[in-house]
Amino acid sequence: MAKAKGKAAAKKQVDGGLSTERLHEMYYHMVMARALDERCWVMNRGGQAPFVISGQGHEAAQVGTTMAFDPARDFLCPYYRDLGVVLAFGVTPREVMCGLLARANDPSSGGRQMPSHWGHAARRIITGSSPVATQILHAAGVALAARVRGEDTVAAAFFGEGSSNQGDFHEGLNFASVHRLPVIFVCENNGYAISVPVSKQMAISSVAARAAGYGIPGVEVDGLDPLAVYQATEAAVARARGGEGPSLLDVKVVRLTSHSSDDDQRSYRTAEDLAAERAQDPIPRFRSWMESQGIWDDPQEQQLMTRIKGEVDDATEFALASPVPDAATLLDHVYAP
Amino acid sequence: MADVSEGLTPEVLMDMYYHMVLARVLDDRMWVMNRLGRAPVVYSSNGHEATQVASAFALDRGHDWVVPYYRDLALVLAMGMTPRDVFLHLMGRADDPNSGGRQMPAHWGSVDLKILTTGSVVTTQMMHAAGIALAAKLKHEPTVAMATFGEGSTSQGDFHEALNFAAVMKLPAIFLNENNGYAISVPARKQMAVPDVAARAQGYGIPGVVVDGNDPIKVFEAVRAAAARARAGEGPTLIEAKTYRFVPHSSDDDDRAYRSREEVAEAKKHDPLVVFEQELREQRLLDDTQHKAMLDRAKAAVDDATEFADTAPDPDPSTLGRHVYHEAVL
Amino acid sequence: MAMTYLEAVRETLRQEMRRDARIIIYGEDVGVRGGVFRATEGLQEEFGEDRVMDSPLAESAIVGTAIGAAINGLRPVPEIQFADFIFPAVNQIVQEAARIRYRSNGTFGVPMVIRAPYGGGIHGALYHSQSIEAFFAHVPGLKVVMPATPYDVKGLLAASIEDEDPVLFLEHKGAYRSIRGDVPDERYLIPLGEAEVKREGTDVSIISWGMTVNSSLKAAENLAKRGVSVEVLDLRTIRPLDTEAILETARKTGKVLVVHEDNLTGGFGGEVSALIAEHALFDLDAPIRRLAGPDVPAMPYAPSLEHAFLVTPEKIEAAAQELAAF
Ligand SMILES: Cc1ncc(C[n+]2csc(CCOP(=O)(O)OP(=O)(O)O)c2C)c(N)n1
Ligand SMILES: Cc1ncc(C[n+]2csc(CCOP(=O)(O)OP(=O)(O)O)c2C)c(N)n1
Ligand SMILES: [Mg+2]
Ligand SMILES: [Mg+2]
Repeated sequence: MAKAKGKAAAKKQVDGGLSTERLHEMYYHMVMARALDERCWVMNRGGQAPFVISGQGHEAAQVGTTMAFDPARDFLCPYYRDLGVVLAFGVTPREVMCGLLARANDPSSGGRQMPSHWGHAARRIITGSSPVATQILHAAGVALAARVRGEDTVAAAFFGEGSSNQGDFHEGLNFASVHRLPVIFVCENNGYAISVPVSKQMAISSVAARAAGYGIPGVEVDGLDPLAVYQATEAAVARARGGEGPSLLDVKVVRLTSHSSDDDQRSYRTAEDLAAERAQDPIPRFRSWMESQGIWDDPQEQQLMTRIKGEVDDATEFALASPVPDAATLLDHVYAP
Repeated sequence: MADVSEGLTPEVLMDMYYHMVLARVLDDRMWVMNRLGRAPVVYSSNGHEATQVASAFALDRGHDWVVPYYRDLALVLAMGMTPRDVFLHLMGRADDPNSGGRQMPAHWGSVDLKILTTGSVVTTQMMHAAGIALAAKLKHEPTVAMATFGEGSTSQGDFHEALNFAAVMKLPAIFLNENNGYAISVPARKQMAVPDVAARAQGYGIPGVVVDGNDPIKVFEAVRAAAARARAGEGPTLIEAKTYRFVPHSSDDDDRAYRSREEVAEAKKHDPLVVFEQELREQRLLDDTQHKAMLDRAKAAVDDATEFADTAPDPDPSTLGRHVYHEAVL
Repeated sequence: MAMTYLEAVRETLRQEMRRDARIIIYGEDVGVRGGVFRATEGLQEEFGEDRVMDSPLAESAIVGTAIGAAINGLRPVPEIQFADFIFPAVNQIVQEAARIRYRSNGTFGVPMVIRAPYGGGIHGALYHSQSIEAFFAHVPGLKVVMPATPYDVKGLLAASIEDEDPVLFLEHKGAYRSIRGDVPDERYLIPLGEAEVKREGTDVSIISWGMTVNSSLKAAENLAKRGVSVEVLDLRTIRPLDTEAILETARKTGKVLVVHEDNLTGGFGGEVSALIAEHALFDLDAPIRRLAGPDVPAMPYAPSLEHAFLVTPEKIEAAAQELAAF
């Protein structure tokens, strides 16, 4: 992106072959993810939402990867941080807010799971749980079924770098590589697993290095640049669709909030470190890049902010007015009816 | 760093060879016992002897720990287990030092010999080795822990977790993979998409070394170097010894279902016993007379073990409920 | 047609795979080798490598990917080589497969059947002999099926594959070759959750499941010669549980012996006993009795110790006789 700045200032058809429209869509999802996330925190501090876990700082990575998939035929297995992923794959702000407030019409779980445990059958987003890394195997299995059924589906699993230390990560990458399955493993590497820095999680500087153990491509990506992310993902998806098997993307991001609303990262990170990360916020960065390309200006920004605020307000009101689950449904859905 | 082949005196080379021969003779006898209906199941080290014996010799035996798996007959012999112990174990006798007849054969374990008790669930032992190494590090002891495992076992999550754990904590551990190309019937290419297990070391930031597992000197040097690295506080090493199993997975297996006789015959041309014998002859350390004496010695030890275990008592059924928990010494 | 328990497993898999292209099988050594017990022998030849695959040696991967494949429209029937090796996959079974329907409010489901050979008496020692049903019967969202006879294997396996939820299908290793029985050629289903009275009697009820049903039947036969009339109720599936059948037999004879090979404490026999105590206490003529594996971690190897562990027909006979005399 930085490179593109000088070179392609005049171009309107920009990186990754994304049209201006798609770039605006990308920006919209990133800003929406941020605005919704911020609202979630407000609700939490206001005592309306017991728990929030954020994607702030991950938006470029999440939206950039997700836009390279096809919502009509691909499947995603996101993890708790992936608000930007699910929005970009078609989940609505109302649905997100219903999840936050555990309403009966939360499409993920009808209020059964904690917030951010995404799942949406109609949007081809597979239900996720709390134990980390399990979804990596689910994505491999989805890809296996697609291949057996002769379908043109690519599956993706999203997870943090801390989760790449789990056995399921290894088993999933190994299984997918032996069977050359169409699956993309997206590591959102924010350098922390709650309070544990990456230096205490692994003795390597790049999760991408692990790909060598499976004979698949491992690509380090600047996760603050949605276009770099998009391009890397698009290449991996093309490879998968071409029958060449899985890829591992190590997408470097920043975690701008504490791990969750129950955590305070000031107890394990220095103020300088936090300030430095804040300065790398991918959203203003993408905005100024668009401005430099002449495809975004202040009035557009104003308009977008108004629109987003309206949608977030609407989502919040909608969720607040939505019914809570009926206690009589406690026993439902243990088994198929 | 010390010369890695230091200590390989003629006596040591001959001792290594003896243990390889002993393992093979013992192993052959176990199959005979099985076919006679005297031993319900046999797991072999047949073909893996060079790797197992040389790796044990490269450690500080009596001080370092090994955390083996069922394939490691030759390894435990080299660590000091006797043929009698092995047969007591094979026949599930009360005096079996590995488990008092509780476990299936080839489930090694001896506190005295620093061989950690093993279960059947593959790959768990890699964690245990990392844990022993962690304790050694925290206690500032110069102990090294070596885990062994097959290449099939590297597909388990525990492999990944153990290597990562040991690497990030720079533990004095050695992970010795005995890659014989098969996990029962499943060939390595269906197990992993890379030709070398050692390639996986890159994912942990540790050295990954491939050695010819039929060459005891190469294995000795690799393990020696890894042990020195571990003792110097530089962390673990993954060593992959390329080997072959000349017999079926166990006495319950029939390998004709999944590999050709030609393939096995080809592999046998590199039989570590033959290769090493030639090497010793070339070095003029071994002649026909010595060779025969050595075989006779091994055979005598195995005969003795067979007889000894044959008449040894079975576990008393009343001991079934013992050792579920710690028993206070009265 | 008369066939062994093992043949019933294989022939049912074959029959189901012929009629339902969604079924895939994978696990360790299930392909060329046809499984270490030969349960899948010939299936790869008939259905090809895409539908009968050798997987890497990784149980969490086997179950975890089967979950994804089930969600994406297949009917995976993964095999765990020995029930003892299911534990690396517990997270995927308990935390994922069993919870997915509930946690997604009914929008996702995991129709799959995990087959696993269990049980001892085959010199398998601590890690090739375990009965693991109690761990899993505790988990809502999972079904646990334990057939005793070749006939039941067929009907229950077909029903398990048709089921929309994850099923743990436990096959006793000792039964594989030793238990024979008539199995019709045509397809039939036995609904999960229906126990069967395998032998009618009036003095004592033995309630059991899996292989120990066969041992109980032997004991009952011997006791009949001595004038003790024993009813044997085979639960067939322990989750869902046929509580009606349990209470009915308890009320009928008033004396209940619950038999299982799994360890006594926390074993599923405790659940059966509690149920009877809750609902039929005053119909009983004697305290409920449980006969089970002792509370040692697992079955030891030496024949003397293994025999001491096992729940044999002789032990069942003695226990039932005592109960009859109460
Ligand atoms: C198996 C498991 N162990 C522990 C936890 C508790 N936990 C939740 S998130 C987390 C850290 C995950 O870090 P990482 O994978 O880097 O993802 P990030 O949150 O940084 O995006 C931990 C330890 C869990 N959810 N699952
Ligand atoms: C967790 C687990 N799953 C399955 C088994 C059954 N099993 C025993 S040995 C084996 C193959 C192991 O192959 P490898 O690791 O290559 O070792 P090798 O026997 O070739 O030396 C399998 C599948 C087991 N013991 N543990
Ligand atoms: Mg992280
Ligand atoms: Mg092997």
